[in-house]
Amino acid sequence: MADLHVDLAWLPPAPDTIRDQIKALAGDPDWARSARAIAGHGLGEATLARLGKAIAARLAGGADAAPLLPFRLGLVGNGTLDLLAPPLVATFARHGFALQVIAADYDQAMPEALNPAGRINAARPDAVLVAVDHHGLPIGPPVPGDAAAADGQVADALAYFDRLRTGFAAAGATVIVATIAAPVESLAGSLDRVLAGTRRNVIDRINLGLADRARDGALLLLDVAALAETIGLARWHDPTLWNIAKLQFPTQMVPIWADHVARLVAASRGRSRRALVLDLDNTLWGGVIGDDGVDGIAIGEGDATGEAFLEVQRLALGLRKRGVVLAVSSKNTDAVARTPFTDHPDMALRLDDFALFQANWSDKGTNITTIAAELALGLESFVFLDDNPAERALVRRTLPDVAVPELPADPALYARTLAAAGYFEMAAFSPEDTARAEMYAMNARRAALRTQVTDMAAYLASLDMAIGFAPFDAIGRARIAQLINKSNQFNLTTRRYTDAQVEAMANDPAVFTCQVRLTDSFGDNGMISVIICRDTGVATWEIDSWLMSCRVLGRGVERAVLAEICHHARAAGITELRGRYIPSAKNAMVAGHYAGLGFAPAGDSDGETLWTRSVDAPIEMPPMRVTRSFGEPT
Amino acid sequence: MTTITRLTDLLRDILDDDDVTLTPETSARDVPGWDSLANVRFMLAVEGEFGLRLAAAEVARLDSVGDLVALIDSRG
Repeated sequence: MADLHVDLAWLPPAPDTIRDQIKALAGDPDWARSARAIAGHGLGEATLARLGKAIAARLAGGADAAPLLPFRLGLVGNGTLDLLAPPLVATFARHGFALQVIAADYDQAMPEALNPAGRINAARPDAVLVAVDHHGLPIGPPVPGDAAAADGQVADALAYFDRLRTGFAAAGATVIVATIAAPVESLAGSLDRVLAGTRRNVIDRINLGLADRARDGALLLLDVAALAETIGLARWHDPTLWNIAKLQFPTQMVPIWADHVARLVAASRGRSRRALVLDLDNTLWGGVIGDDGVDGIAIGEGDATGEAFLEVQRLALGLRKRGVVLAVSSKNTDAVARTPFTDHPDMALRLDDFALFQANWSDKGTNITTIAAELALGLESFVFLDDNPAERALVRRTLPDVAVPELPADPALYARTLAAAGYFEMAAFSPEDTARAEMYAMNARRAALRTQVTDMAAYLASLDMAIGFAPFDAIGRARIAQLINKSNQFNLTTRRYTDAQVEAMANDPAVFTCQVRLTDSFGDNGMISVIICRDTGVATWEIDSWLMSCRVLGRGVERAVLAEICHHARAAGITELRGRYIPSAKNAMVAGHYAGLGFAPAGDSDGETLWTRSVDAPIEMPPMRVTRSFGEPT
Repeated sequence: MTTITRLTDLLRDILDDDDVTLTPETSARDVPGWDSLANVRFMLAVEGEFGLRLAAAEVARLDSVGDLVALIDSRG
């Protein structure tokens, strides 16, 4: 099972073709963009190193790095640092940089710092990373119980870092210093943190001293201690690897370590993400608001699922207080989507917290583009959080600059996954950060969405959809009845039928019944639509019920279903279809359903509308394979 | 994929060399660039790929790729 942090599980897994893609960089005129796309996968250390070497080869050959931003990083420390350079190059590409690493020789940190003409300073790096671990601290063995000697060790270590910093800063570099991950082996157990002079006690104080320097702006802090604790100190420190190869941490940890370096540098260059676009159903609460209603969604304390989603909301709220702009993009009816925020007492987020609220039925790529335009932020500022893999794939494909984290199956891990990705890294904090989100919320006017299409056709074709039609049968009956009685939004008539009625219709020759299943490249969506037509005796079928799961909206399923109905109608000697729309509190989204499918208005009464269409009128089929299993009526 | 194919892919990544070909008889000294540091990276990658933990003593006893395959398969 993938480890969230070590395996960068928020990134999509590498495809099988990754090695060929890396090789193709050598002859790719748009190599920098391709390299960034490849680096956007969750690559292991060896693959990352290969990618880094391929990038370095292009840079060494003088190739133009645009749109990647050139960056030179000096690397000093103790132990074996050479292995870190190629993965750093690849990881920096993920964050938009064309990195060149200048690594010091083994244990040459101080000579490099003090020599203005040394390899590091002469290369005029943009930044120097001081990566020293506990083995490299110039402080001698532990002095448990000796407070004066302990004070001396802390002072010596900080003086060492100060001298390094001064030397590299004098050459114009930003100095990044890694905090120290405490070793696992204790002398006195829990007392180690208390007792002056133990390693844990001294390292705690060194790290606090480094943090003070970062607060004063003297250096950037790379919190390796926090990273190692997150992973687990016993996994981070491998004594065998230190002994045989002088590795500060195992190579499996290189990808996450390198990502932490890259996100810190990106933040210091103003390249962190600034806006979080959130889906609603099953992302901010459990369930579907349009079907389950305010009383039926899972949110809030007292319920494991509700608490999981509450954590997502709390994290989003915390990010907002820190200056991250929040927006909503949800496939929903606007008024329905707002009800949890106004009517549910357990929601942590409120409508005021969002700069923009886009609940409609357009594709999300288009919505996010609109949000970006309204906020005057580039797409590279955005993160999009959605539980639905199809929506994530669409946004990744149409808007490659938007960060779209993968999410695990368990919503309890959503918040942790979003946080682990480090999209909103900060290098410094200013009061303006708090005010920023507020400013966006006040300035942004609600966008009226244009229903423009990004490249929907190509996306739909890529989904490799297969639609299957069958009459009602005994196996499907329970799910058919469930859909009939639960679907509220995409439901033209909202007529409810019992199991027995469903069975009776299946056996009634004057009734045409159809259940619809859809599979796509993400898997089987199961039964997603149900249709019931009744023969009126005048060569006309009236569509009694037409309902569909909102999960497959925007796929063209409606057109394929209409074609199927027409096929059976013609076979039965029918010439005309009649559709009826009965408005309810929740089905406004299908008010234009029949008009969109080429039906002509045929009158209205009490808000209901009637529509007619010839069964022979042409239908534009969506890109999906059709299978049909209509035998003799059962 | 067979164990030896997976091992070949791993070593090709680590040595950044797609010409590497492994047979059961191959040993580290037969492959250019397969030095002690590359071997450490390789063993760590093997642990990750096959989801197992190799003791230093076990690694030290290996003479050939065939030995490594046998060790991995014995843990399967």
